[in-house]
Amino acid sequence: MSAVEATVEATREPVRRRRMAPSTRLLRSELRLIGGRRRNQAGLAVLAAVPILMAVVVRFFSSGPGENDGPNFLSSVTANGLFVPLAALGVEVAMFLPLAMSMLAGDSIAGEANIGTLRYLLTVPVDRTRLLAVKYASLCIGALWGVAAVVVPGAIVGLALFGAGPLPTLSGTQLTFGEGLWRVLLVSLYLSAGLAAFAAIGLFISTLTEQPIGAAIAAMIVNIVAWILDQVPQLDWLHPWLFMHDWLSFADLMRDPIHWANLTHGLWIDLAYAVVFWLLAWARFSGKDVTS
Amino acid sequence: MTQLTEERADARDPAPDPRGPGAGAPDGTLAVHTSGLTKRFHHQTAVDSIDLAVPRGAVYGFLGPNGSGKTTTIRMLLGLVQPTAGSRTVLGMPIPQQANEALHRVGSLVEGPAFHPYLSGRANLARLDAADLLADPRTARARIDAALERVGLMAAAGKRYRAYSLGMRQRLAIAAALLQPRDLLVLDEPTNGLDPQGTREVRSLIGSLASDGTTVFVSSHLLAEVEQICTHLGVMREGRLVAQGTVAQVQEAGQRLLRLETPQPQAAVGVLEGLGVREVTVHGEVVRGIPESLEGEQVVAALVHAGVGVRAFAVASPSLEDLFVALTGEGFDVSG
Repeated sequence: MSAVEATVEATREPVRRRRMAPSTRLLRSELRLIGGRRRNQAGLAVLAAVPILMAVVVRFFSSGPGENDGPNFLSSVTANGLFVPLAALGVEVAMFLPLAMSMLAGDSIAGEANIGTLRYLLTVPVDRTRLLAVKYASLCIGALWGVAAVVVPGAIVGLALFGAGPLPTLSGTQLTFGEGLWRVLLVSLYLSAGLAAFAAIGLFISTLTEQPIGAAIAAMIVNIVAWILDQVPQLDWLHPWLFMHDWLSFADLMRDPIHWANLTHGLWIDLAYAVVFWLLAWARFSGKDVTS
Repeated sequence: MTQLTEERADARDPAPDPRGPGAGAPDGTLAVHTSGLTKRFHHQTAVDSIDLAVPRGAVYGFLGPNGSGKTTTIRMLLGLVQPTAGSRTVLGMPIPQQANEALHRVGSLVEGPAFHPYLSGRANLARLDAADLLADPRTARARIDAALERVGLMAAAGKRYRAYSLGMRQRLAIAAALLQPRDLLVLDEPTNGLDPQGTREVRSLIGSLASDGTTVFVSSHLLAEVEQICTHLGVMREGRLVAQGTVAQVQEAGQRLLRLETPQPQAAVGVLEGLGVREVTVHGEVVRGIPESLEGEQVVAALVHAGVGVRAFAVASPSLEDLFVALTGEGFDVSG
């Protein structure tokens, strides 16, 4: 027995000396897991295909821009290549980007529970709060990736087909090309924040089930219902509180000067949704029996 | 048989037995200790107030049929499932209060292997290592290789987990449990899905880990898989711990059985019952019963005195296997 205890002491000692420093290893592992998955790579390719398709169609087939409910950047595409990513974001923000987010978020906890890896992560051990924080951080980075997958190829193809010049704003003034790039970056960050808020809803749903596809579909239904509710005039009191209500206000970043009112409101709503749904996810997950 | 079970259940003792390695020791020298540990799912009681005592350094065989509550107990020990009642300590630390500290010292295999199918075996281990805040990233590569080597998976380390056979998956799960030096290994059915050769290898692996001083808590529904390597046994039946102690203690607790061959079985039954032998049964010329504290020579003398011919006579302790069957109920039935 004393020999056993000696071994025990010897092996425990280095552990005590090492401090539990914050480490990004799990987050990096998480990002590799997301980024390495074929399904997600295919999803990014689809997101990237839309602006390319739009630019090619406008450049080679279009006789004139059609009608569009959202901010109509498509009609300005021929004026400056940077309008390609903006037009593509306007098209993808309601369905494609939330769909991509739903898939990632649905997978986050339910995916691990479904294949049983959740129990092995938790017994490593990974603190449950830490796991939820890392999962959410990876979803936020995933939102950035998703938007970048639209904006970067869109900008490259747009600039190649339509050239880079001064950027006409929605207010009628002109921005320098550098200022235009900066505005496009702000639009990307703004929409990423919106998607990250939506991802918190997805994360919460993902803690409710062991079926990742079910969680993704449920998140997507939440998104669709929100867009429908936003169209019902009788519910106008509700509209400012819908998580996606201010997403299309990203167009305000293309005014001169920038029209901040809706954007700031949108960012506060994003923050509120992120905090509330992350806490709901935590409340659900922290004491949950993991029987998968 | 029922009576036997109940007696064992009453006789269970939360404190370590004087004859065990944890002799008279305080809680700290128990690798696993639970008291009144209970889990109810809705209306079903999966684990019913069990008091486990696993001494440090023991190889503890946690036996019971499928569905008897072994895996739920293990999940509670590892903090995956919240008990309905009762308390648990692992390596002297209460769960869940000190779960993070305790679980670093515990390698576990719970209800079969589970990994990301599209990652290689090595990448799967790297992910688990990355999740460990106490793991040193500089030694990760070496530790992962050592673990893979130990379970004989080096050659298949780069293959996708999806392509692994069941046996390889099981080995990978054991490798994951060996990524760090451990004080306690909790292995739930570690030989499931392994061929006889693989089963032998896992058994010898457990043996070598135990000889390094690691406490091993190994569950199985097959006594034969673990009886050669265990120093201690705990037997579960329908959520209750019906026997616990060193192998010898558990075996001694089994009641001795009397077996008599005689040409006059009916006369023998009268004599035996007169002596106080319980549960006397007759099959042809063979009479069986439970002699309680009676000595064999007393019984034979009484039989001869009554003019009953004795062709063969024996009083013996049941084999561990007979005892296991007696404690856990019949054969293939799934409890609960």
